[in-house]
Formats: sequence, C-alpha cells, structure tokens
Amino acid sequence: MDTSLLIIQTLNGIQLGLLLFLVASGLTLIFGILDFVNLAHGSLYMVGAFFCATLTFALGSFPLAVLIALPLTGLVGYGVERFVARKLYAKDHLQHVLGTFGLILVFDTLTHMIWGPQGISIPLPAWLDTQVTLMKDVVFPTYRLLIIVSGLVCAAGLYWLVNHTRLGMLIRAGASNRTMVSALGIDIKTLFALVFAIGAMLAGLAGMLIAPITEAKIGMGNEVIITAFVVIIVGGIGSVKGAFIAAILIGLIDTLGRSFLDDVFKLFMSSSAAETSAPAISAMLIYLLMALILAFRPQGLFPPMVR
Amino acid sequence: MKKFIAAALAASMFTLPAFAAEVKVGFVTTLTTGGAVIGKDMENAVNLASAHMGGKMGELDLNVIFADDGFKPETGKQATDKLVKQDDVDFVTGYIWSHVLLASRKSVLDQGKFLISANAGPSEMAGKLCHENFFSTSWQNDQTPEAMGEVLNQQGVKSLYIMAPNYAAGKDMVAGVERTFKGEIKGKDLTKWGADAQLDFSAELAKAKASGAEGIFVFYPGAAAGAFVKQYQQAGLKDILPLYSVFTIDAISLPKLQAANFESVLGSKTTQQWDPSLKNEQNKRFVTEFKARYGSYPSFYAAQSYDAMFLIKSAVEAVGGDLTNKDGIRAALKTANYDSVRGKYTYGNNNFPIQNFYLREVVKDNDGNWTTRVASTVFENNQDSHAKDCSMN
Repeated sequence: MDTSLLIIQTLNGIQLGLLLFLVASGLTLIFGILDFVNLAHGSLYMVGAFFCATLTFALGSFPLAVLIALPLTGLVGYGVERFVARKLYAKDHLQHVLGTFGLILVFDTLTHMIWGPQGISIPLPAWLDTQVTLMKDVVFPTYRLLIIVSGLVCAAGLYWLVNHTRLGMLIRAGASNRTMVSALGIDIKTLFALVFAIGAMLAGLAGMLIAPITEAKIGMGNEVIITAFVVIIVGGIGSVKGAFIAAILIGLIDTLGRSFLDDVFKLFMSSSAAETSAPAISAMLIYLLMALILAFRPQGLFPPMVR
Repeated sequence: MKKFIAAALAASMFTLPAFAAEVKVGFVTTLTTGGAVIGKDMENAVNLASAHMGGKMGELDLNVIFADDGFKPETGKQATDKLVKQDDVDFVTGYIWSHVLLASRKSVLDQGKFLISANAGPSEMAGKLCHENFFSTSWQNDQTPEAMGEVLNQQGVKSLYIMAPNYAAGKDMVAGVERTFKGEIKGKDLTKWGADAQLDFSAELAKAKASGAEGIFVFYPGAAAGAFVKQYQQAGLKDILPLYSVFTIDAISLPKLQAANFESVLGSKTTQQWDPSLKNEQNKRFVTEFKARYGSYPSFYAAQSYDAMFLIKSAVEAVGGDLTNKDGIRAALKTANYDSVRGKYTYGNNNFPIQNFYLREVVKDNDGNWTTRVASTVFENNQDSHAKDCSMN
C-alpha cells in the first residue's frame, strides 16, 4: 500500500466525515435538546439538494444557488417544526418515529411530483471542476477539497455558536435540562423552532454539497439518515463535539475499509473470497463500531453533561 | 338507493361478458425510488406499444397492470404474487433487476403462468433454473460485457480495472468481461447496491487510478450512471483511464449529462444488442414515435419492453386468443415470430435470444441531442455461455 494512495483515501474519508457531520449535528441538536426523533431530517437534506439544483439551472451559478437555497431549506425546516413536530413533542418516541416516517413518504412523493423520478445532475463551474496537486502523486478533485473546507468552516461556526453565544448557552442548557430552562422563563418554543431551522440548514447544506458529486435524487436522504444516527449514537446524543469526532471517525472507517480491506483479507484468504467478503464486511464496519459503543459505553464517546 | 344498486348490479351483469374477453399482462418495474427513472421509460414504451396495437391483441382487449418493485426483491415478489393470485394475469413481464426477478420467478412459474423478462438476465435463469415458461426479450447478463471484453482485446487494451454494484447482475457483468478479456485485471470493486446504494465512488476511483490499469470497465445502470460519470470527470481520469461501460451511458443518463454539460462522455463506447439507429421498419417507427410522444430517445429498457409486448401479442394471435392453450402459446413464443426493434433473432434452448451485439458510441444528433449510434458489430448471432447448463433442449 503506497503512501500517496493512503493520503488521498484519508482525505476522502475526512470529506465523507464532514458531510456526515453536517447532517448529524442538526440531528443530535434536535434529538438532544428537543428529545425528538426526527427521521425526516434526511428529507431536508434531499430538499436542499433539489432547491440548489433548480436554482443552479435558473441562475447559472452554483455558489449563488447554495446561498439562496440555504434559507429556503431553513424555512422548510421551520415549517416542519411548526406544523408537525411541535404537535408531537409531548408524545412518546414511537409516535415521533411514525410521524416523521410519514413525513419522509410525503417529502419523497412531493419531490417525485414536482421534479419527476429522474433526479438532477448539478453542473459545477469550471474553476471547481478540476484537480489540485497537493504534493507529488497526491492529486485531489478541487470540489472535494472545497467540501472539506466548507465542512470545517461550518464546524468552527457551530462551535462558536454553541460555546460562545447566548443562543448556544441556551442550546446547551436545553440539552442538559429542558424543564429547568423553560422554568427560568426562556421562550422554549422559539428556541426549539430556531434549533430545527438551523438543523435543517445544516442538513440542506450537506445535500447541496453532495449533489454535484452524486446528484439530487429521490430517497437520497434515507441513505444518509441511518449513518447519521450511527454517528450521533457513537458520539453521544446531544453533543455537537461528539458528533464531529464520531463523524470523522466513521467517514475514515468507511472509506479506508472500502479501499484497503480486500488487500488485508487477501493476506489470509483466497483472493476471490476476499473480493466478495470485503465489500460486505466494510459495509458492516460502522455498525460493528456502534455495537461496541453500545455494549461498553452506551452513553456515547462524548455525552453532554447532564444535571 | 336500493333501486340504484340493483340497477347498477343489473347493468354490470350485462357488461360482464365484454370484460372477460381480454388478455391481462402484469408489468413489474420500479416506479418509486431513484430506479423509477427506468421504470417510467418502460411504462412509456408499454403504453406506446399498446397504442400501436390499438389496445388489442388479436380479438382480445389488452389490459396492462403495472406494479412497483420498490427496487427491492421482497417488494417485487409481493407485487408479483398479487398480479398472479389476485389479478390472475396471463403473462407477467417487466423486471429491471436480476435480484428482483430471481426472487419473483417461482411465484409466476409455479402457477403455470408465462414469465417474460424485459431486462434482467441473471445467469442462474439461463442455466440451472431455466424454465419452459420463461422467456427473455433482452439478453443474458454476461453477454453484453463479453462483447465489451472482445472490444477491449481488439483495441489492444492490456490491463483493466473493474467496478460494478454488488448484486446478482453486477457479478454476472464482471464474470462476463473477465471471460473474454485477455489482458490483466488490475483490481476490482463491488459496491453497495439497492435503494440505499453507494453513489460516492471517491475511494474506488482513487484505487483505480493508483492501480495503473490502462482502462476502467464499469456497470452502473440507472441513476448511478450520472453519479459515476461526473466523479470520473471530476477526478480527471478521462485521459489516464479510458472508460468502457455497459448499461451505464444510455438514453436515461445522457439527457442529464448533457444538461450538466459533461462533455467527457461524448465519444465514449458501450456495447448493446440494440440501438436507436438500427435500420428496420419497427425500430424506426418505435424511435420516431417515442420521441414525438415523450420528448426523448427511448432507452434499451424501453426497446425491450416494447418488444415484450409485441412478443406476447404474436403468441396470443397464434392461438387465436385461446389463452387456455398453454402449449400453443409456448410454441409461438419460442419461434419469436414478431417484428423486434433489434431485427430478427431466435431463441436458444434456454429461451434467451441468440442475437447480434453492437459497439455503440455517444454522438450528437442533428438537433444537438446526445445519443448513440452503431459503430460496429462485435458478435453475430451470439448465444450466452450458460445455455449449456440448461437441461431443456
């Protein structure tokens, strides 16, 4: 295994991890603070991608489309909170799951009706559709580098928001003890709606960033939401820091597993057995990690401090 | 109210005999998830075929019932069961995905109905699991990549990297190209498939590039095709690792790639048993009217679905509309005595077509739309390599 390939795959893993973080951070905030299981979080990821795709074709500029699609996705998130989630807070988790699963079906069907079944490819501007040479033999697509940078910027912004602002203080307080926060006279309804909208924007951004690589397509959110749940369970529910570290960890495990596991397996089994078993095992790796965490540290790696 | 119901009942009794004289065709395809883009194309082709038949097969009214497999074997089997048991259809056709077809075959065949695949051609059903009531209007999975392997030999490609989804057809495609390609296989990746398929190929493309292969062979049907081609372009592999694909760059992915201006796909080559530019009357009519009606070129999925409907029609007419005459229908299907859009073909012992395979290249048509045309003929009257494992004669 040569070093340049290892470096490229590590970068790929970090890029995947940062995208996962964007989805998982909103999910962990909503789950941690609102105690609300939002399966439909992935639908906002899809909605973001479709908004961005339509706007890219309308405006002819991908970056501009992202800037406009972001608040739009936030607005959809706010709508989901206002008209669906708010009515479900008082109910138990099973009803959250049923309600938001219904939302997934509604969003998927609406998307099918509005945009058709075929999905949309988003064209990139020429300056992004290139490769950069980071060092000898390490050539990396410019756009994937941009995803890494924007992911890190978002993570830093979220860190600042959660740890150094009044809103962040309320969010952290809400994650630790919801009842106490509202007892102290904080308008918990507005706080919840705001958290929901921020979460929607982060998920939407992830969808917008991945769309030029894969495409905006129906059901894209359902693929990412399961991995995002794994991330927040490993990281500790309600913890943004936990979500960040777990997301990078899972991105790396998944990518490196996919790239090198068959080579490792070939050391001790026949090459045809390695070729068929490696993809199956590498798809399982992140769930194995989650199982281990649940067995030995059920509260996750970095649980928020409670009470 | 009572009177009204009585009247309605009486009316329905009078009209009932008219309903009975129909041939029911169940069509299983993917109408939801990302795979729906293929299902829609097939549905369009079936509706076009029905219009061209005037809604009739011989004296019988044609009734097509569409069912969604949700891109999942278990859902596809349920949909098939419903068609066979509840709707009591005479023929079941469609099936994009090999794993769905494999899961559904028993539901149809055990009930003594006819099963006609309009796309999937899993190796098992060409070999050990072949059946007298199962026919294909497409190909056996291995054949198209075998043709591509032959093209690679002709072009002097010495080493190859292979990527395909990890399911029944993906494995058949890999086996097919490995059977005919004489050079070295530098590496191979089978990626996750289904409704939650892996669409980000960063790790695999980096490996492929590092392998030093002279070309890359891929099989990514449907929505995955667009994703693959984009990442292939973004990774700057066009000149380092030329792309050789099967069932990937087609009428489904080309309009999207054109809209996003992925020019690296122009001139790329793929193999197939059919092409919109094939010159026969049935194909001209099919392609022209499909374009007029739906505004895009038909895909090979559409072509095979259109063929499936005409194959069924030929059998229904051969038995004079007597659908209880199973032996007569079977014998008629076996002769493939209808105008296929690919031109004349015959059926082998396993009821898979013995047919030509062409090399197609991506070009701009006169209106500037991206499409394919036949570059050369790779195989003539090719029979699949699993036919020898089939016990039928």
